[in-house]
Amino acid sequence: MPQVIVDGQTVELEDHERLNGIEVARRVGVEIPHYCWHPGLSVVASCRMCLVETGTRHPQTGEIQILPKLVPACQTPARDGTVFITNSEKVKHSRALVEEALLWNHPVDCPICDKAGECQLQDYYFEHGQPQRRADIRPFTSRRRDVGPTVTLFVDRCVMCSRCVRFCREVAGTSELMVVQRGSHEEIDVFPGYPLANKLAGNVVDLCPVGALGDKDFLYRQRVWFLRRHEGVCAGCATGCSLWIEENQQRIWRLKPRTNPHVNKWWICDDGRYSYHHVHREDRLLGVRRRVPEGSKLVEWNAAVEAIPAELAGAQRLAGVFSPHLTVEEAWLLATLLRRQNPQAKLFLGPVPRSGQDEKFPGGFTIRAEKCPNRLGVEAVLWHFMGCLCTWEELLEELATAAGNGTSAYDAVLVAGGYIQPWMDEGAAARFAHVPLLVVQDLFPSPLAEAATWLLPAAAFAERDGSYVNAQYRLQSFCWAVRPPVGVWSQGQLYWRMLGRSGLFDARAALREAARDVSALSAAIGDIPPLGIDLRTNLLAAT
Amino acid sequence: MKPNDPDIYWVEPPRLGLAEKLYLPLVVDGMRTTLRHLVSPKVTVSFPEERPRIDNPLIYRGVHRLNRDEQGRVKCVACFLCATACPAHCIDIVGAESPWPDREKYPESFTIDELRCIFCGMCEEACPVDAIELTSLFDLTGRSREEMIFDKEKLLSIYDMTKDAEPMRTAAQEAER
Repeated sequence: MPQVIVDGQTVELEDHERLNGIEVARRVGVEIPHYCWHPGLSVVASCRMCLVETGTRHPQTGEIQILPKLVPACQTPARDGTVFITNSEKVKHSRALVEEALLWNHPVDCPICDKAGECQLQDYYFEHGQPQRRADIRPFTSRRRDVGPTVTLFVDRCVMCSRCVRFCREVAGTSELMVVQRGSHEEIDVFPGYPLANKLAGNVVDLCPVGALGDKDFLYRQRVWFLRRHEGVCAGCATGCSLWIEENQQRIWRLKPRTNPHVNKWWICDDGRYSYHHVHREDRLLGVRRRVPEGSKLVEWNAAVEAIPAELAGAQRLAGVFSPHLTVEEAWLLATLLRRQNPQAKLFLGPVPRSGQDEKFPGGFTIRAEKCPNRLGVEAVLWHFMGCLCTWEELLEELATAAGNGTSAYDAVLVAGGYIQPWMDEGAAARFAHVPLLVVQDLFPSPLAEAATWLLPAAAFAERDGSYVNAQYRLQSFCWAVRPPVGVWSQGQLYWRMLGRSGLFDARAALREAARDVSALSAAIGDIPPLGIDLRTNLLAAT
Repeated sequence: MKPNDPDIYWVEPPRLGLAEKLYLPLVVDGMRTTLRHLVSPKVTVSFPEERPRIDNPLIYRGVHRLNRDEQGRVKCVACFLCATACPAHCIDIVGAESPWPDREKYPESFTIDELRCIFCGMCEEACPVDAIELTSLFDLTGRSREEMIFDKEKLLSIYDMTKDAEPMRTAAQEAER
């Protein structure tokens, strides 16, 4: 087993591991400062911040020989007998000089820089820089350059780590960004007429270790130290990227990728990154409405929780529509509820929104055409209850056939929506015209919501507890990041109370119940780690 | 802290002599102070008929003002450091891209809840551009709570009111040099 020595501590590596000095040092809690190195990108060793002393230990004699010059740790592979020294005077002096050089041309406009607070230049300067600045340069403002529709570049703040350039070449595969000029005149720029407009463009802002690249969506909105981050899962497409939902005072200000090697690695797409805006849209449905002859009236939630299951139980033929935006827990609770009210209740999968084709990027990132987060999870629950899968189209056809005879195919239909994009047109909504009892739960007004007997508001993805199953059968759990707007209960809470359970919705307990009964979800019986679990191992066992 | 902590200096009370034990000299000493104040000039100010004199308005912590730069624009760069430093959470800023080419960021709105403020002066300590300062105006009143929430225009108008009597701190310091 290869042994590496970092500052006198021995690190044992697995035989197959290929690590560099930075990664090995991290194993023993030694942080080697670095700008240009990123685990997801190629190594250029250009920033010189990770310079360390390195050497080898003779396998027989145990004698250690150190190289006279400093070498970049990011480019030094850790082999058996490699020695890293990261805290000698020589290394510290080198880091201080690198920091000093970086600040020669830096505007030091931290007060107006959005990166302040999470800036590596700030952090490393405090830790490794010199207490006094020898160059007498007055702070100035940074030149601003528009590089794309979502990203802006502050030219003088840049430390030329070239992470963004390598990202565009290696991960996005579009190569919009480049380095122009040479030496101390180096700048990041785009070729005229070819702006940074790929679908992963927002990632360069996360990659930037300093405040050079700014996200126009977030620019000047909040200071980062006000934000609290919550683990979340993107609801934009079937990839289900792991997210940090960053919130202040119950308002989401930005979404950031949460590193998950099984799903999204270090990246998210721009569609997902800016998808949080719908959470704070003005036209969201608020409050429970019951249709009465003269229009509709607001109903208390507690009254609705009593009345709706009672009305559903009275229906001879009951149908439920499960949107693929529901979490596994919500689908489970709702299916249990409908089957309890009517054991013959027919459960349909709601329309699955799709747009275009799957988009694959050279870095291994995929944006799926299926624009919903949890089709597989909802399908697993429906299979368990129905033994088959009934689609939205089938329901529409049944309704249309019955409507031709002037009747309705069902006495009651419950539609659990929660779609982000508009999903219902007048034609489809007209099919429900003959349904005597139509319960609709959705985020936004739609033609179907207008026809509803009961109209229930829904909570958005960041306002709920639950789990999604992504296109690779990975189940990821998440907790709410912001509270739903006043007057809105989350779906889970509503179904929980409709089932006659007291207290607050417990997503963990609901998932455990589902995992106990639904074989496809049986892997979720234990605790769900932050990176999620793969359900496929159990699928194989079940067949 | 333990009794044998090296930072503690133990002081013995002085031993009382005969004069101290009699107390009479001390009584005379106290009466002398009382009588001196009886005949010395009065320091009580009968506010509001009479205004108190503030010795150094530059270090007085009264109502806030937002300073203007040489071109009359708000000096604040909306860095939120005052709002971060404020222990009473009375400062609310909305930052935006500035409409001027030479400046990057400016406060679209800047409000201070003067009722919530505890006049600690942390905001002016935190300000990197000396945009927010506390003036020597101390007797602020209002008829409603809303009136006491000062917005950007009001804070700038306080600057216009007080700039002659109380120059901007940076200007004052440069003048001293």
